[in-house]
Amino acid sequence: MTKAGIKIENVHLSFGQTEVLKGVNLDIKPGEFFAFLGPSGSGKSTLLRAIAGFGPNPKGRILIGDWDVVGLDPWVRNVGMVFQSYALWPHLRIRDNVAFGLKERRVPPEQIKSKVDAALELVGLAHLADRMPNQLSGGQQQRIALARTIVVEPKVLLLDEPLSNLDASLRVQMRRELLRLQRQLGLTTIFVTHDQEEANTTSDRMAVLDDGVIQQVGTPQELYDKPSNLFVANFLGTANILEGYVETDGDQARFVTKTGDILSLPQGGTGTNILLRPQNISIQQQSSANALRGKILHREFLGSQVRYLIDAGGAELVVDQTHGGGREWLGTGSKVYLSANTSNAVVI
Amino acid sequence: MVALLIALLLLGLLVIPVAQVIFVAFQDPLTGAATLQNFADFLATSLFRESFWNSFYVSAMSVVLATIIALPLAYITTRFHFSGSIIIQSLGFIPLIMPPFVGAVAMQLIFGRNGTINLLLRDYFGFTIPFMDGLNGVILVQSIHYFPFILINLSASLRNIDRSMEEAAQNLGSHGLRLFRRIVFPLAMPGYIAGAALVFIKVFDDLGTPLLLNVNNMLAPQAFLRISSIGISDPMGYVISCILVVFSVLSLWASFLVMRGKDYATVQKGGGGTAKRELKSSEKVLAYGVVIFILLVVLSPHIGLLLLSFGTIWSFAPLPDAYTLQNYVTMWEGSKTYILNTFLYAGIAATLDVIIGTAIAYIVIRTGIFGRKWLDYLATAALAVPGVVLGIGYLRTFHSVDVPFSGKPLASWWVIIALALMIRRLPYALRACTAALQQVSLALEEAAESLGATKRRTIQKIVLPLMTGGILAGFVTSFATAAVELSATIMLVSSNSDAPLAYGIYLFMQTPSGRGAGAALGIVAVIVVAIGTVASQFIIERDKKLKASNDVH
Repeated sequence: MTKAGIKIENVHLSFGQTEVLKGVNLDIKPGEFFAFLGPSGSGKSTLLRAIAGFGPNPKGRILIGDWDVVGLDPWVRNVGMVFQSYALWPHLRIRDNVAFGLKERRVPPEQIKSKVDAALELVGLAHLADRMPNQLSGGQQQRIALARTIVVEPKVLLLDEPLSNLDASLRVQMRRELLRLQRQLGLTTIFVTHDQEEANTTSDRMAVLDDGVIQQVGTPQELYDKPSNLFVANFLGTANILEGYVETDGDQARFVTKTGDILSLPQGGTGTNILLRPQNISIQQQSSANALRGKILHREFLGSQVRYLIDAGGAELVVDQTHGGGREWLGTGSKVYLSANTSNAVVI
Repeated sequence: MVALLIALLLLGLLVIPVAQVIFVAFQDPLTGAATLQNFADFLATSLFRESFWNSFYVSAMSVVLATIIALPLAYITTRFHFSGSIIIQSLGFIPLIMPPFVGAVAMQLIFGRNGTINLLLRDYFGFTIPFMDGLNGVILVQSIHYFPFILINLSASLRNIDRSMEEAAQNLGSHGLRLFRRIVFPLAMPGYIAGAALVFIKVFDDLGTPLLLNVNNMLAPQAFLRISSIGISDPMGYVISCILVVFSVLSLWASFLVMRGKDYATVQKGGGGTAKRELKSSEKVLAYGVVIFILLVVLSPHIGLLLLSFGTIWSFAPLPDAYTLQNYVTMWEGSKTYILNTFLYAGIAATLDVIIGTAIAYIVIRTGIFGRKWLDYLATAALAVPGVVLGIGYLRTFHSVDVPFSGKPLASWWVIIALALMIRRLPYALRACTAALQQVSLALEEAAESLGATKRRTIQKIVLPLMTGGILAGFVTSFATAAVELSATIMLVSSNSDAPLAYGIYLFMQTPSGRGAGAALGIVAVIVVAIGTVASQFIIERDKKLKASNDVH
């Protein structure tokens, strides 16, 4: 199968007066598993649909391989899309659902049969070929939708929130399966989701979208560790943000919070916010360097961890402590010191 | 207790009369013994065989023609951003607000042998088209009148197809007609079948239109003529009634079989709603052309009726010779009783309908009374009983029962007309009431009961007020359609002073000089039904908004 990359160049798209995509640029490499991550209304699904040819025509260029597909009808693009609702046609048997695209391509009947069987085999549901879609469970329908799309050997595979209609345990299983299939087929794949865990666990790289603009592109780890703005920081995991300013004194850099607490920094930087992840803060009884004074506002027991909400540094910080190991829980209202590991702290 | 009362009522006014009709059809008229001789006689008479085939042919062709009218309208309005959509969706219902037999006369004047179109064709092109000759006329009138049933059901089905269904097909390389044939139409099939079956039954059973067009070689008119000219002891009327009932039941059953397990409503969570796209300008011209042409044809009975009601003489001319208000004066003087009777009968019928409808809905949905489903089935079964059959059944069953204190037979008492209308419209009212009750969450009732209200008080204070919108809509629909019903009433009207509006129109239309006034009365009928339809739509919409604003989900 030939692998095609996707280049998106300065794409703008509007629904009537409302501009939904405001100049999107992306370069997705051949064979990459790429995620669009963002809250609802961020434009991620609109962008995906624009690649498939649905919705209003965008301005700009969308290149699949070297082929600009903007303005082309969806049925000539050879882009495989799996819909959030699966969109299995209820009047056709599973076999006929999967064979549909092959028939449209005028593939000879004997080849259709073997290709359909192979596709069903690939998703492990060959035994359901003669059922009707409404006789299948959600997870099975999902796999059939996938089989129906990959059987036509599309240039790229687009997945629109494919796991959102499944229950939690099935979701974890299906995302592993998706990844396995993607690796096996080597298809360039775009996965749209609003769930950071799904994006983190599956994608090679991802783009975080908000308000029709790409906020940041990178590997999941890069985006978590080095978010380029507050939106990305908050959207990926729990973020403790303290306001203040950076002071440099020779090669010594430090961050001074609103409340006057001082945190040393490995290097200088510009910005008025410092990002501390909950696991990089620990609670102590005594003051020390790089420590913040704080008061416990609230405590939640999460099982493996105890989560404290602490008033410190002019903000409410979330701090997690591992549960067990003889450590005692701290009471609400206790005065504590927070020691921050700032070696990986990001100033935004 | 209430359930028993309703059951008895349905038994007396629906089951026994219909059973009576079927019973008589299998009875030797002289000896009273069971026999198949009547059916043999029916089959041996060439007029009846011809009538049967004609009825079948006319019904089937009406379905075909109605489909040709409805399909483009449904597709264009549900699949494209088309500025005329609202007009089509509302104008498309206009035929339903006019009793078909009223439109028949007007269409005769426009499409008939010497009607507007053919006069113009003859003058300019030297040929004519027999739109209205014999069965053609019935087919044309019926399909123009009943196509909205297909339009409504088909549009609803098309609108229920999630856009991802079509997009998935496009994504896999399908488009245009192939996409329509392989995905869209199969998914809309249940709605289409439901509409088509309804059109088939309605046309098969209809009495008024063939009667007014003077086409007597069809089943319903034959039944009517046998009973009215030979008398209620003639078995042929009953045999024909039997056949009408069997066909009604068969086509309802067939459509039920096709629909079963095929609820394709695919709009769902994560879907994108209905797919609509912009028309290209060349497509736009074509779409407007098709739509305007169809609407002109569809509105022709109304235009014709309006012209006729304001015209002086309209004969052998494309348009009336001059215009006047005289017809309305004549109509008003001659038909005050008709109009008053109509309001009386339809009012009684609709009131009883919603009372019984609400009661049945409550019994079926909220109680565990044994056999409650059967109440629902029984009331709904009235759908499958043609008006002519019910009329004949009433004549037969009640002619030997006297009205208390008057000595007149019950069958010729005006109340029986109101009761017949009540039974005929009960299924509609029942559906409306059931829908209204289903929207009242059981939790609302339980909340009232847990706060100390008795069952009775709960129904009074909580359930009924919340159902008001639906009940009112059911009342208005029943009233408006009962007001223009002809097939059952024509059998039961015993004197002109008891006649309702529809019968009045029928009488007027019998003479050429009465046509103007008849048309004027027809306009009154159209207005009554139109107001009813708009009012019930309004009530339903308002109710929906009210409920939506209370919704906290």
